[in-house]
Amino acid sequence: MALSWAFDLLLAVGLIWLAWQTLFGHHRFAAVVSFMVFGLLMALVWVRLSAPDIALAEAAIGAGVTGALLLSALGRLPRHPEPRHLLRPWQRPLQLQALAAAGMLAVWLGWVAHRLPRPGLAREVASDLAATGVAHEVTAVLLNLRGLDTLLEVAVMLTAVALVWSLGPALRSFAPATALPGLPALTHLLHPLFLLVSAYLLWRGSHAPGGAFPAGAVLGAGGVLLLLTDSVPWMHRERYQRRLRALLAAGLMMFLAVALGGLLITGTFFAIPTPLAAPLILAIEVATALSIALMMMAFYLYGEPGR
Amino acid sequence: MSAFYALLAAVLCAMALVGLFRFADPLRRVLALNVLASAVFLLLVTLAQSAEGIDPVPHAMVLTGIVVAVSTTAAALALVVHGQGRHRDPGQSP
Repeated sequence: MALSWAFDLLLAVGLIWLAWQTLFGHHRFAAVVSFMVFGLLMALVWVRLSAPDIALAEAAIGAGVTGALLLSALGRLPRHPEPRHLLRPWQRPLQLQALAAAGMLAVWLGWVAHRLPRPGLAREVASDLAATGVAHEVTAVLLNLRGLDTLLEVAVMLTAVALVWSLGPALRSFAPATALPGLPALTHLLHPLFLLVSAYLLWRGSHAPGGAFPAGAVLGAGGVLLLLTDSVPWMHRERYQRRLRALLAAGLMMFLAVALGGLLITGTFFAIPTPLAAPLILAIEVATALSIALMMMAFYLYGEPGR
Repeated sequence: MSAFYALLAAVLCAMALVGLFRFADPLRRVLALNVLASAVFLLLVTLAQSAEGIDPVPHAMVLTGIVVAVSTTAAALALVVHGQGRHRDPGQSP
């Protein structure tokens, strides 16, 4: 018991120190690297709070894909020193008040989180689990009970891809500053492993922690690694553009098809009939994982390919 | 244990808010936004631990939230890169 407390305390101190380095450290590069380590420690916190699904997604997205995005953005930004806010004289006393307000917000948030009643929906979800077609609660909530939220979330992601691509042609990935002859070979060796892990996570999702989000995140992280070594030339070819867009939208289309099919059969939007639930959810998961992986790669291009 | 992590989330929230409003550098603001998102997710997951077991609904919310956070980050970074790239190269037509 004392050991687990010591672990929690160490984790908390580490997280606060890394957040401090991320926010107030002197160098931007160190800040980005601190944030990536922060993501990895957050994954450990999710394990401690018995949320393994979130831990898997956070380790692949928070430390992997977000880190790659931040680092490549940092490489493209001008190297002049960071701009600083110079406070006007009348703003100085206000700054202290703002700091005090932030401190009070922290105290208030902690107190509310301590006092808030926690009725929870655990019992309701457990009683409806048999009708959802999957045996894992989080997957059941994500893809059946609250499927509409997940549909809208995939739509948000697709909108973000449209925004990024509307800014101009894709930026060419630039060569690393030092020659890394091992990187392409390592990427090609690792890629089957990425495919295997994401297929396993996808299959596991129906009965255990896993599912479309961690699978898509792992596949996307592997894809970003491939983009780093310029191993995905088809993404930039004119011929494949239509297919690429169809795959990007596949997750959302599959969701919409199932939701509208439910409307036709049962009269309720997103009502999946119980006998069909298991295969339909698997189909949605495969399409969503593929779309999420491709969308992560699409973000990394910082523009529209094939132009 | 959940009260301890709720306190950690509150501290991280305050730090990220100070950073978000204090910095002039857009990259730091994106970082602060990400730390703030992590703190809010932490708060949600600590609230998921109720008396009758672990509530899966906040877990699902956080899982979608992580993906929305990476979408926001990517969109913001693309805007920053395209916006500041033009400053670097004044000869290029907008």
